[in-house]
Amino acid sequence: MLTYKISRRDFIKTSLGAGTAFAISFTLPGCNLQPADPGTRIANDVFKPNAWIRIAMDNSITVVVPESEMGQGVLTSLPMLVAEELDADWQLVGYEQAPLDPAFGIQSTGGSTSIRHAWKNARQASAAARKMLVTAAAQQWKVSESECRTQNSTVIHIQSGKQLKYGELVHAAAALPLPESVTLKQPGEFRIIGKPVARLDAAIKVKGEALFGLDVVLPGMLIATIAHCPVFGGKLARYDDAITKNLPGVKHVLVIDSGAVVIATHYWAAKQGLDALDIEWALGDNGKINNHSISAQLENSLNGPAEIIDERGDSSAMKNSGRRHIEASYEVPFQAHATMEPMNCTADVRENKCEIWAPTQSPSEAQKTAAELLPGLAMENILVHTTFLGGGFGRRLNQDFVAEAVQISRAVKTPVKLIWPRSEDMQHDHYRPVTRHRLIAAIDPARASVAWHHRIAGSVKQRSAGGAEAVAYAFDYRLIDFVDTPTHVPTGAWRSVGHSQNAFVIESFIDELAYAMQQDPYRFRLGLLKDKPRHKAVLQLAAEKAGWGNPLPDGRFRGIALHASFDSYVAQVADVSINKDQSVRVHRVVCAIDCGIVINPDTVAAQMESGIVFGLTATLKGKIDINAGAVAQSNFHDFPLLTIGEMPDVETYIVPSTGSPGGVGEPGVPPIAPAVANAVFAATGKRVRTLPINWTV
Amino acid sequence: MKLNLTVNGESVAVDVEADTPLLWVLRDNLHLNGTKYSCGAGICGACMVHIDGELSVSRQIPVSSLAGKAITTIEGVVKNPHPVIDAFIAEQVTQCGYCQPGMIMSIISLLRKNPEPSDADIDQALARNLCRCGAYQRVRRAVHAAVMVLEGNALLTGDC
Repeated sequence: MLTYKISRRDFIKTSLGAGTAFAISFTLPGCNLQPADPGTRIANDVFKPNAWIRIAMDNSITVVVPESEMGQGVLTSLPMLVAEELDADWQLVGYEQAPLDPAFGIQSTGGSTSIRHAWKNARQASAAARKMLVTAAAQQWKVSESECRTQNSTVIHIQSGKQLKYGELVHAAAALPLPESVTLKQPGEFRIIGKPVARLDAAIKVKGEALFGLDVVLPGMLIATIAHCPVFGGKLARYDDAITKNLPGVKHVLVIDSGAVVIATHYWAAKQGLDALDIEWALGDNGKINNHSISAQLENSLNGPAEIIDERGDSSAMKNSGRRHIEASYEVPFQAHATMEPMNCTADVRENKCEIWAPTQSPSEAQKTAAELLPGLAMENILVHTTFLGGGFGRRLNQDFVAEAVQISRAVKTPVKLIWPRSEDMQHDHYRPVTRHRLIAAIDPARASVAWHHRIAGSVKQRSAGGAEAVAYAFDYRLIDFVDTPTHVPTGAWRSVGHSQNAFVIESFIDELAYAMQQDPYRFRLGLLKDKPRHKAVLQLAAEKAGWGNPLPDGRFRGIALHASFDSYVAQVADVSINKDQSVRVHRVVCAIDCGIVINPDTVAAQMESGIVFGLTATLKGKIDINAGAVAQSNFHDFPLLTIGEMPDVETYIVPSTGSPGGVGEPGVPPIAPAVANAVFAATGKRVRTLPINWTV
Repeated sequence: MKLNLTVNGESVAVDVEADTPLLWVLRDNLHLNGTKYSCGAGICGACMVHIDGELSVSRQIPVSSLAGKAITTIEGVVKNPHPVIDAFIAEQVTQCGYCQPGMIMSIISLLRKNPEPSDADIDQALARNLCRCGAYQRVRRAVHAAVMVLEGNALLTGDC
């Protein structure tokens, strides 16, 4: 039962039997329109994988998507871009998940770039294809191209009303030279872009038919599971597999660089075998590290020396004794990605070939990872198939699970699916780093001017300090600096990366300043936004839609926050109350976003809801603690996620914009923690300076 | 041990260790992969199935206890059109989609017992179905939409 490419199966369903197709390719990112080799533009049943757009004789159009689908909707939004410029009949448009292919350049999905990378090139390639179809029809009718128009996958001769479907033109179009230039539609001409379009991958996911990494089945495949040293940096000292190797179904016990592996005919046998394995770990000095020692290390770091990230204005403003000085420290903990689908990868390593099936955000990195382990293999003999991802959020930019699967399959000379148990997934993530922040403001009340110093201590600059420089307020002096403070805990990109913790810190401290100046937090922010029309517009829209300033029911309080990231501007107003047990209930979140030209407004709304829930889990529920060098949490009982009963009503409002598209996967996350924390201050008078919120301490 | 199971109306023979959880028999022996592994501890709801019509956490049930019982998975549900499936698609609930088969099994179970659930009823019934993508708001909408269809069907067939 080999069912490893659901998207290919879909594709075959829609276009096999058509016999021939017209294919055109383009590459991302970059700006060049790269045509398929004219000799390969048409082929019987065999479609070159570097083709991005395929038009078959049955009129079906397949868009080959090189980005990974992890929930963000790229398998729908990229086809929308193509269909728009092609003037395609949307009902005939499908997708195929691209294999890893050099024709696509680097295939990596992160940083909310799915649309931003494709915006220009996908449309250019589609417009070129449309132009070739028009030329083909005009030649057949012996009329001028200017007498023709396109609509619903059809070329129409305006005067005579003659029509040719795209499917009827594939041979003629494929034989034509590529147009030298194309004209893209103006936003006013869009018919698909900007409309709420239903996701193309909804039905297979709802029905349980979508192929996630965990669902890959290969003939003769074994299943592996792994235990890593609980303390990062520790090693396996010795193990006894006397019990394990006699368990039914267990085939191999193996030690690889990162841990101890049990390989069996079925997962349950492998897991029983792993549990029965008697392992002694050499924990090393890292076994002494805990939350408290890391905190102390970060606090010490804040005393410098620091690397300047951004400094503008006259530094004397900060020292001016006539100003009011306000200082505060914040600390934001490690966070896990906790994707619903645990880390897994299937690998089949042969002498001359390595094939990988993985729910990865970066098939390019997966290939590189395998190549480093298999120096005898040429790159083209390392094939990577990207499955659906049961959540990504940045976790699957790291390819540790791919490296392990390759090592295991190489060792046992069999196709192997490696599945991490949930506890391994929770305890061997690449975490959002813990960061400590010191903020100092010097305010001149008379001139309403603020000098700002934000110092961050944490591990890895981009992950710890990224987003701190995005503070949009017009300070007369700003200094943002960073003290690199590595810990033994591996870090990674966590949805919105540094923006998540820095927006919390910036927007909470701005709130502190507003209260210190006895000003309304919304109006205080507005007053500090100079030449920032897009920030201002989302802030005003969120405030207006939330009814900022209007009375709330008894016991309900509002907080507001604003942050721009990944080329999008987001403001949120949270409406909270305090439960009898002192926990925080979020009732309503009003979210305003300017993400430039919107491709699919329903996807924007879904991603805002998603970012808000992801951020709320970190605001209200979970964190990762380090205890004796290891992660203390192991599953959803001690790393709880927001549940449906805790879901606020989320309203998303989009500011109309003609700017280039911004990201939407991440920008919804950063403002929610400060919006809620600021509402908690309004409710309790207690300033929240660490997460998750526990305002009573 | 050799066992005969009834899965989605069909009789299937498996030869597995008696303590194997139903989840892993479904996935590794029967290749019914719509039932998902996520927490391995009965916390997250990704592996929900119905056993004799009752909502069950397939990870927590040893397969040896299932002889003679009717097991229904998402693959069984989708053999025929189902209003909850249609409502999930219509309301665009899906993001990564990993939790959805488990959610749907929970919702079908809820609607059998409570054909007109309030938001609070939905929240309670789905308290053990975690979604990291945060589709919860749309899940509630989809349940209400499915209820409308089911009530319409009931009126048409007189099956009230």
